[in-house]
Amino acid sequence: MIIYGVALLAACLLAGLYVGELLGQLLGVQANVGGVGIAMLLLVLASGSQRFKPLVTGASATGINFWSAMYIPIVVAMAASQNVVAAVDGGMLALLAGVGAVVVSFALVPVLSRFGPQSEPLPPLEESHTKTSGGV
Amino acid sequence: METLVAVISANGLITAFAVVGITVWISYLMSARLTAGRIHGSAIAIILGLAASYWAGSVTGGTRGVVDIGVLAGIGLMGGGMMRDFGIVSTAFGVHISELRKAGVVGVVSIFAGVIVSFIVGALIAVAFGYRDAESITAIGAGAVTYIVGPVTGTAIGASSDVIALSVAAGVVKSILVMIGTPLVAKSIGLNNPQSAMVFGGLMGTTSGVAGGLAATDPRLVPYGAMTATFYTGLGCLMGPSILYFIVRALV
Repeated sequence: MIIYGVALLAACLLAGLYVGELLGQLLGVQANVGGVGIAMLLLVLASGSQRFKPLVTGASATGINFWSAMYIPIVVAMAASQNVVAAVDGGMLALLAGVGAVVVSFALVPVLSRFGPQSEPLPPLEESHTKTSGGV
Repeated sequence: METLVAVISANGLITAFAVVGITVWISYLMSARLTAGRIHGSAIAIILGLAASYWAGSVTGGTRGVVDIGVLAGIGLMGGGMMRDFGIVSTAFGVHISELRKAGVVGVVSIFAGVIVSFIVGALIAVAFGYRDAESITAIGAGAVTYIVGPVTGTAIGASSDVIALSVAAGVVKSILVMIGTPLVAKSIGLNNPQSAMVFGGLMGTTSGVAGGLAATDPRLVPYGAMTATFYTGLGCLMGPSILYFIVRALV
């Protein structure tokens, strides 16, 4: 059943967001601390466990893969609802602060990536205009 | 015509699916025809989205891009935090826990490094623009962390409202720039494997920026980058009004 997979996904997100809120309260900050990340971990753990196998294989998996493939369209909708005008109108200070932070952070990616065990580059994406397999 | 508008408005989310679908289709056509596939279709779609948002914002004077245009209000639901988080979590399906373990320690380090480095850059630019009080410098520095950390920090330490607005603007610039810039620099910063994607997510931290930037680069990297990015704003909100503020106050 497709809904089983979707329900598992929903349960992971709700559980993760709940833990994230609790963490935020515990630390005394007005933000959700890692809720989505915790939800992702829960989903990874569930998809690797025997007990949840019926929820992550067959038709149930289709329910999760559907949302995974909908991810890029969701991001496009997200881009269309950003406050771009504010970013442009923020003036030089906002522009420089934002650009500076991004440039320095970009530059640090290869520096930090050198530490720890390395992972292999992913194989090249297949050339296809219809399929962007969002993490499948 | 009136009836058509009524149907479109009353079914916002469905309209959003159709509109975004058409946008993605046009983007992939443009990618193939105009750039010979060099610029990824999803990158073009995201840029079209941002451009539409800018246009809509200038026309309506609103803050939510095309969402402020009545018939397109459903885009706000489709692109809102709820669906975004649902989509991000779904991308973790199929992620290998061994890859997550590999980048464990360096991933955590990258989150701290990202918050601190962005804060320093923002704070220095605030000083360069003539701000001398610890509250304004801290709030603008926090804005360069993310557009959520900026106002949370600014409000907590009592920064003025125009400074808080600036800090939000700095954060929005960062988020948009990460969306557009990531596919352009991906090759030169080695962003082609799960481990560097986790470092990238930790350093950038803006969930929207990382989500959009990695989607436009290689969708398979999204879960790894999102995993670390999601802890970033929390850490920023923790450090901004506390240790980072105390350090700035001690320095000025």
